[in-house]
Amino acid sequence: MAKLPEAESLLPKLAAELKARITPATAMIGLHTGGAWVAERLHAVLGLKDPLGLMDIAFYRDDYAKEGLKHDPKRTRIPFEVEGKDLLLVDDVLYTGRTVRAAMNELFDYGRPSSIALVVLADRGGRQLPIAAQYCGAQVDVPEGMRLRLKRAADGKLALELERVG
Amino acid sequence: MKLLVKGGRIVDPASGRDEVGDVFVAEGKISDKKEKADQTIDAKGLVVAPGLIDLAARLREPGYEYKATLESEMDAAVAGGVTSLACPPDTDPPLDEPGLVDMLRRRAKALARARVYPVGALTVKLAGERLTEMAELAEAGCVAFSQANAPLAGTNILWRAMQYAATFGFPVWLRAEDRWLAEGGVAHDGDVATRLGLPGIPAFAETIALGSLLQLVRATGSRVHVCRLSSAIAVDMIRAAKKDGLPVSCDVAIHHVHMSEMDLGYYDAHCRLEPPLRAQRDRAALAAGLADGTIDCAVSDHTPVDEDQKQMPFAEAEPGATGLELLLPLALKWGAQAKLPLTKALARVTSDPARILGVQSGRIAPGAPADLVLFDADELWRIVPAALKSQGKNTPFLGYELAGRVRATIVAGKVVYERQ
Amino acid sequence: MSANPQLNANGELQHLLSIEGLPPEILSQILDTAESFAGVTEREVKKVPLLRGKSVFNLFFEASTRTRTTFEIAAKRLSADVINLNVAVSSQSKGESLLDTVANLSAMQADVFVVRHGSSGAPYLIARHVKAHEHVVNAGDGRHAHPTQGLLDLYTIRYYKKDFTQLTVAIVGDVLHSRVARSLIHGLTTLGVPAVRVIGPQTLLPAGVESLGVRVFHDMRAGLKDCDVVVMLRLQNERMNGTLLPSAQEFFKHYGLTADKLALARPDAIVMHPGPMNRGVEIDSSVADGPHSVILPQVTFGIAVRMAVMSIVAGN
Repeated sequence: MAKLPEAESLLPKLAAELKARITPATAMIGLHTGGAWVAERLHAVLGLKDPLGLMDIAFYRDDYAKEGLKHDPKRTRIPFEVEGKDLLLVDDVLYTGRTVRAAMNELFDYGRPSSIALVVLADRGGRQLPIAAQYCGAQVDVPEGMRLRLKRAADGKLALELERVG
Repeated sequence: MKLLVKGGRIVDPASGRDEVGDVFVAEGKISDKKEKADQTIDAKGLVVAPGLIDLAARLREPGYEYKATLESEMDAAVAGGVTSLACPPDTDPPLDEPGLVDMLRRRAKALARARVYPVGALTVKLAGERLTEMAELAEAGCVAFSQANAPLAGTNILWRAMQYAATFGFPVWLRAEDRWLAEGGVAHDGDVATRLGLPGIPAFAETIALGSLLQLVRATGSRVHVCRLSSAIAVDMIRAAKKDGLPVSCDVAIHHVHMSEMDLGYYDAHCRLEPPLRAQRDRAALAAGLADGTIDCAVSDHTPVDEDQKQMPFAEAEPGATGLELLLPLALKWGAQAKLPLTKALARVTSDPARILGVQSGRIAPGAPADLVLFDADELWRIVPAALKSQGKNTPFLGYELAGRVRATIVAGKVVYERQ
Repeated sequence: MSANPQLNANGELQHLLSIEGLPPEILSQILDTAESFAGVTEREVKKVPLLRGKSVFNLFFEASTRTRTTFEIAAKRLSADVINLNVAVSSQSKGESLLDTVANLSAMQADVFVVRHGSSGAPYLIARHVKAHEHVVNAGDGRHAHPTQGLLDLYTIRYYKKDFTQLTVAIVGDVLHSRVARSLIHGLTTLGVPAVRVIGPQTLLPAGVESLGVRVFHDMRAGLKDCDVVVMLRLQNERMNGTLLPSAQEFFKHYGLTADKLALARPDAIVMHPGPMNRGVEIDSSVADGPHSVILPQVTFGIAVRMAVMSIVAGN
């Protein structure tokens, strides 16, 4: 099994790629919980005009009928007008694509952005919907029966980890 | 017709007799002559006791035939080992006319199951205002006069009714409840009603009315039987009144000896009863009062209610529980918990109510009417609708398993019920 | 008796009938979820698609425009279809029993029944008879419970005061007839509020009220001393007819919340009222409209709380 990439090394790589495409209309939204951590780190170094937006997709998931309302939804806070923005949607791990689908649906209930680009720390493949990341830290192979998670240590350091499903 | 009940455990509360033996029956009475029998019943392993005497069982006729009929409820009575019962006057129309009483007695007699003793209405239409023709009603067969659960217009009517009844020596059977203090209430006014948000009937609604009633007994000399005690203080008041020599007796509904307000749970309308189930300490006092004889007897207060009337929000449900078939097992359960011998436990549903009713049944002695119940004291049965013969399946004991099942019931020397 | 009728086999909320009997974790779950919904009401599209395709039936046996409207708004913000049934008492007297009414609606594919009824316990009866996928939310039953009101009151207190475990809360007025008071008391004691007080004349306090975990005060000034939260209950007109209280004036003098009485509470105390208010009977206008009053925010929070309740039960 290949070693997992270091989350902390991927962040400056992503930041450099993103810095190249920032415009006055660029704004960033991080998806709770892991995407929010990544977005906080990126937003701090990119010098964007608008403050960081944070989003919880709990109310837009497609599995409500089966699973009900899971866990405590966090509050979505988008402290800027979505209308006309070039949005950077940030998540930690891209897998089936359903989370991003829900996030886009929710975003459009806030307004009509000019464009949305997806920024992920890790892409593990396994897409079930036609979703792709425009900016990706690393591709990661995840063995059967495992899950790829981002963890944040007490000192704020981020790390990718594998854990068993179930 | 000569009947031999062979080899059963004869329990006769009146004499204190508790031994295995044979009971001989001839011409509808207990006999001491050991003659050749036309029919023999094997009572081995069974208790042979006097048939139960239930001072309060509603037969729903006349008027409430959709709830139950005389036939179904008389079937229920003998299936429960009840050989004599007194029925309250709250039929429709109420038993305030000799003709109605007469008809009821005829119908009951024709069915030839349990003996029925009608209790006449104390006031016309039970409206609580005008006295009924008590002498006429007594002649038609009423054994006492009562208001059932209907209030009297005031203490002045109560006073006059008791004076009038005392004139003829007629007993008056009354439930003690102050109508204004009880108004609107559906449960015991206490912790449970507060939590459940139910309007309450305070215990003093009973004790204040009981106080007035006892003073009037003192003043009129009327023989009063207080029905369906529900509170600890009421038991104390009766105890004191008896000590004082007042001619009072009283009963308790067998449910109240087992259950309290705690049993309401999540608004179980089967626990909607009149009087309400009160607090644990009231229940304990009622059970103790029945044990020490302050409370003379236990009744079923049998009230068949169809299930639609129970599947309602608690306050809107019709009060009452079915009970003819549960009187025996519940009395046995109470006796076991009170650690009483069978002779004492059964006294409260045989010889003691017989005394209050003034009848010769309720004992196993030569010359007494041959009203007997044969039951298996240890047989457990589950209380489910299919197991009940009454049309009313409304009991708070649904789902419970109780010990004490009737095998056969004999009235006037004839077998009127036998379990297959 | 039976298991908790509000929870399913997994201990999840399937019906909301009463705050009593719910563990603190479930109450917190509802409050946290409500907080997430609070953001929805502040944006352009005030809807989320969570209950799209689901039907919420408002079954109101007791007339109420306010509560019914907030449930309707909440359900619509969840993208549910809302059907309002004002079952007047007279149609019940036409013979159709409560359970028959529910069975008929069941046949019309309901998902959530929001029920308000004049008899305590009615929602329990309904919950015993609905199908597995149907959920009952109690919008007020007799004088027993009004759990969504209790929850929005808890939410309001949490919003302004943060920590339940340090508070002194006073509930003033007609506790005897109040389902709002009962629900709030259960919520406060479950979430660890150390001092819950009820203030009122003896005629308006139920038997054994202390068994609910409260301290009784007949003197309002003594009861308000150092309170962090003051909850004023509505005094209905029927209560002022002379058997329980002699008059609204005398009640206001001794139990009405005025600025000078409020001054005895903590300087940062908040004043709450479930509404609608009887100005000059239980509360003075200067207090109702003053800086301590959080009565209007309560209403806003009520929508988020009801969205939370419906989305939690409908998913279990």
